[in-house]
Amino acid sequence: MVAAAITLGFVAILLAWPVPALLPGAQWAYRRPTLGLLVWQLVALIGGFSMIGSLVLLGAATFATDLPDAANGMWRFVTHNELPDGSSVWSLLALLGALFLTAHLLLNLLVTVVYAERERARHAQLITLLSEPMTDRPGTRLIDTPAPVAYCLPGALTSITVLSAGLIQLLDEEELQAVIEHERAHVRLRHDIVLIFFTAWKVSLPWLPTARNASREVALLLEMHADDNALNHVGRGSLARAITIVAEGGALPRRSELSAALPESTPKELRARLLRLA
Amino acid sequence: MNSLGELERTVMDLLWASGESLSAYDLQAKLAAPEASGRELAATTILTVLSRLENKNFVRRERDSRPHRYRAAAGREAHMADLMHEVLGGANDRAAVLERFVGQVSNEEAETLRRILAGR
Repeated sequence: MVAAAITLGFVAILLAWPVPALLPGAQWAYRRPTLGLLVWQLVALIGGFSMIGSLVLLGAATFATDLPDAANGMWRFVTHNELPDGSSVWSLLALLGALFLTAHLLLNLLVTVVYAERERARHAQLITLLSEPMTDRPGTRLIDTPAPVAYCLPGALTSITVLSAGLIQLLDEEELQAVIEHERAHVRLRHDIVLIFFTAWKVSLPWLPTARNASREVALLLEMHADDNALNHVGRGSLARAITIVAEGGALPRRSELSAALPESTPKELRARLLRLA
Repeated sequence: MNSLGELERTVMDLLWASGESLSAYDLQAKLAAPEASGRELAATTILTVLSRLENKNFVRRERDSRPHRYRAAAGREAHMADLMHEVLGGANDRAAVLERFVGQVSNEEAETLRRILAGR
């Protein structure tokens, strides 16, 4: 069992550092974002389970050599406070660590979900007051601002897609359709759920640089996934032009201030999105 | 979006446009005007909307006024600036609830994107 614990620990380390450090920017993932997303989700899932699993096995090894006996031994420890001979304080620490890590991850997921839901509700209230529904496009609202912006606010029951007057002015009909189909794909494919798991992962393990990389890269792959879905409805040229025009930002009121606090899609990521449409 | 939300928006628009505090009866009269909504609404409905808006901190009730008078807590422009700040960046990690089409980039980077677009 110690050997199994060490193997799992090795897997955990592999998936916590070298693998997520190598994955970002992989061209095969950019060609097939669904595959990339699947791999990232497996890395996170298996990484988390092997981290906890190795600690559990390490702790269990002190109670017995096979798992059922070890479980029995642990149960006796909990109920009768009896420790087998030869058990060490380290094995108990390993078990405690597993318990702590599990609680930490679940708690952070819960907090992240609750926080996001609150933010979403607040933003939805604001958008209700500041935008009007577009009668010709259900679920879509229009804000009266010159900056070309498009985003969606995915929700459990209702999702809102928001377009700005500046966007509609700058884009032609097919480019606008590209934007709308892109946002619709986010909503339909529930990208918000994938993203929230990686956000929680990042918040849980802030000291792990790869957790940060992972959420950025997953966000980018989700954009590419939505791009691909938009391509089922519009041509590559229209989508590529729409991306460029919106990124340029048109006549932004507070341009300098914005570049200081750069939004999520960094130049490198935008270039990657644009290049795969070429 | 529900019709209550749309009613909230109409009430806020009236409060923003008037710039002063209004009672539910003032709002009732303004709402009935054809250019607002042309709808005859019960005063209790309007009071419900106002108390919802008060809970969300969009309006403030003036103390000691009978009937109660309400005014917009902040101007439309201030709320719009908040909204745009959230949309165009500045949101923190946990608040990443929006799925933007594209974030905005600097002028130099926009030039690079243009070149990629031209090269395709």
